Amino acid sequence: MTIVRPYGDTTGDGMVQLSFTLPLCSLGAHKKVAEGAAAQLANKMGMDPALVVHARPMGPDFTFFVVYGRVHHLVDTSKVEVVERDYPLLTPKEVNAAVKRSMRRRLTIVGACIGTDAHTVGIDAILNIKGFAGEKGLEYYRELKVVNLGAQVSVPQLVERARAEKADAVLVSQVVTQRDAHLLNTREMSAAFRESYPADKRPLLIVGGPRFDEKMAAELGVDRVFSRGTTPGEVASYLVHRLTPRPDQQPERKAS
Amino acid sequence: MSLNKQGKLDLDPATVKQARSLARKAGRPIVTMAKKHTTVAVERATLRLAGLEGADPEGTPWVNRLLDVVRADVGLEHGVALPVWDALLRGEADDLATLAQKASAGSVTFRLPEGRDATRATTASRRQVGAGIRRIDARRKERDRLIRRFGDAPRKPWIYLIVATGDIYEDIPQAQQAAREGADIIAVIRSTGQSLLDYVPEGATREGFAGTYATQENFRLMRAALDESSKELGRYVRLTNYASGLCMPEIAALAGMERLDMMLNDSMYGILFRDINPIRTFVDQRFSRQVHARAGIIINTGEDNYLTTADAVEAAHTVTTSQLLNEYFGKEAGLEDWQLGLGHAFEIDPDIPDSFRMELAHALLARELFPNAPLKWMPPTRHMTGDVFRGHLLDGFFNLAGALTGQGILLVGMMTEAVVTPWLSDRDLALQNVRYVMNAAGNLHEDFRPAPDGFIAGRARQVLAETIDLLDRIVSDSDAAGDPPLLAAIADGTFGLMKRPADGGRGLDGVARKSGAYYNPATELLEEPLDTVAARPAREPKRATKGAPR
Repeated sequence: MTIVRPYGDTTGDGMVQLSFTLPLCSLGAHKKVAEGAAAQLANKMGMDPALVVHARPMGPDFTFFVVYGRVHHLVDTSKVEVVERDYPLLTPKEVNAAVKRSMRRRLTIVGACIGTDAHTVGIDAILNIKGFAGEKGLEYYRELKVVNLGAQVSVPQLVERARAEKADAVLVSQVVTQRDAHLLNTREMSAAFRESYPADKRPLLIVGGPRFDEKMAAELGVDRVFSRGTTPGEVASYLVHRLTPRPDQQPERKAS
Repeated sequence: MSLNKQGKLDLDPATVKQARSLARKAGRPIVTMAKKHTTVAVERATLRLAGLEGADPEGTPWVNRLLDVVRADVGLEHGVALPVWDALLRGEADDLATLAQKASAGSVTFRLPEGRDATRATTASRRQVGAGIRRIDARRKERDRLIRRFGDAPRKPWIYLIVATGDIYEDIPQAQQAAREGADIIAVIRSTGQSLLDYVPEGATREGFAGTYATQENFRLMRAALDESSKELGRYVRLTNYASGLCMPEIAALAGMERLDMMLNDSMYGILFRDINPIRTFVDQRFSRQVHARAGIIINTGEDNYLTTADAVEAAHTVTTSQLLNEYFGKEAGLEDWQLGLGHAFEIDPDIPDSFRMELAHALLARELFPNAPLKWMPPTRHMTGDVFRGHLLDGFFNLAGALTGQGILLVGMMTEAVVTPWLSDRDLALQNVRYVMNAAGNLHEDFRPAPDGFIAGRARQVLAETIDLLDRIVSDSDAAGDPPLLAAIADGTFGLMKRPADGGRGLDGVARKSGAYYNPATELLEEPLDTVAARPAREPKRATKGAPR
């Protein structure tokens, strides 16, 4: 079955919930108009019938609504576009063995939060030995050499350090998304690496953060985008997949 | 604080005393070291206290331009005061602003005055910097007067809300709305990256990333707006900003002069989380805390940050250790108990069994170790997953722990933490959450007595014991350079696994060892006893016993 509808309490009932704020007064005589306005928005969004179950005035100028209702849209899972994991998931032991076997040296990773972003939570979750979601970070892997530059690293600093360390891969984390800072910074970073390395010598560029779209890698000029919930093991497995040549090496396959 | 006198955890007074004495032992050599050094930021703060404001057409503040020239001519090690006021007395310019302009144009050469010239420069600089200190004193008196006129926050904990639009003119209506909705304290989050700027931006700013630049004009605009709100609401609404990063002393001076009420100011945060040089940080921090002490500003320390990078159970004792160090450094700089908003946070993984009992143990330990400090209680962030419904429940338990353990300052948790910057409705829901808990259980602390041999008391004793072990390790640490043990401990990764050597990090080139001729009128005035201002404000922070929740 590839066609589904939202599920409230019965198969196919199409029930969804929605909350939002309108810049409308709902005090006293204005209540009915405000609630009607909320229902109208929900109708226009495709909810029919729409039940405004809660309307709370927030001061004289705003009202918060909770709406429950039915949508008639069908979802076709065969038409969902995702970046499927196109590499095998390895254990730390397998990662170490693969690196040792095929590179005969440690694989070097330089990581940083670039631009003004001071949120190291993402890069630390992947790199710090402490790790994330029960998985140890890349520092835990014996055959990976991790250089974590921390926060607020400028792009030139990052490029310079990547060259000095002869990095095989560069990991960049971006959490702050105000004014699309994460996208601008990533493009600046990938352009700088393209400029200072010959195409075949450039380290693998990986960017991650909670607000990235995994489909944007090409547009951003990087090799891979990791989104929310990525674990260190996934990143390590991807590095092995891309950087360690295997006898049965397949040509790079673009995600469907 | 009747709650605390009795002691709910029955902590052994000898153990508590031992913890404090170890913190003192770790801190004292740092203070000695701090006294022997100055930094560009301390000297620029001195110029700001003397009234030098504004920036050149490129936006570089005049204090930076002037100090750079002085430093190039005579070095940093004698301080800025003697060369600058010597130049003024020699008639190089009529005032500081003109001197700064002429100096950056290259038409003034500075020298280190000697003999009578030095004495005259000392007197003149002391007079002019003294005017800045008197301005801080006047703003403090003004705060006390406004609190008497408008009234204070009606109960504890004080409700702390954040605004962070990047545009001061957007921040103002949001802050006023937040105050109307019940905030007792407004914090304006700074633009990401300001901590690493080695200058304070100038003027009203409308562009920032995830926050608004801390500038003197932004401080002034926001304080004026909140004075309006205080009048409207009949209670004094406090304003918070950040005295941290490379310009900590200057921002502290600006905060004192513009009557900010609280400042984030941690002894080690910049070192560990921003890779700012440890010596720079400790020197800047001591000066900024002396200013805060004088200005009657409550500091908020940053222990919550330890728990955002390390496990909140395993690292609980690093929070207590840092609180003890912050208390020592704070008091040494002249801060009183009521000014120590020591930080901690509700960050234990909610999937761990007994997580709430452990949160209560940690929060109560802080409360009982520091019975007269306001304590800043920070909401969950690490385990906010994007499931806003679960997050809202977690925030409710956070509020309950705050109420049960008598926290002084409650930073309101948002269910959309880690999802978006708070929406209007998020803030409204969050405040409903706080109000419900305070209304339903605000006085539950009266009935709450953990069993003496129970889980909570045992966990608190365990954390305190681990704290003492850690402090023991710190005071017996050493490095090849013979640095103070705490510096050696920071260098080998004792805190948060981050290794920060004393000769590394940002801002080290802005540190100098004081010469025999060093003079700084601000330091001298700040270390004199405070006689013109009442040592304590009229408002002694008190926990309301009768619930009057809004």
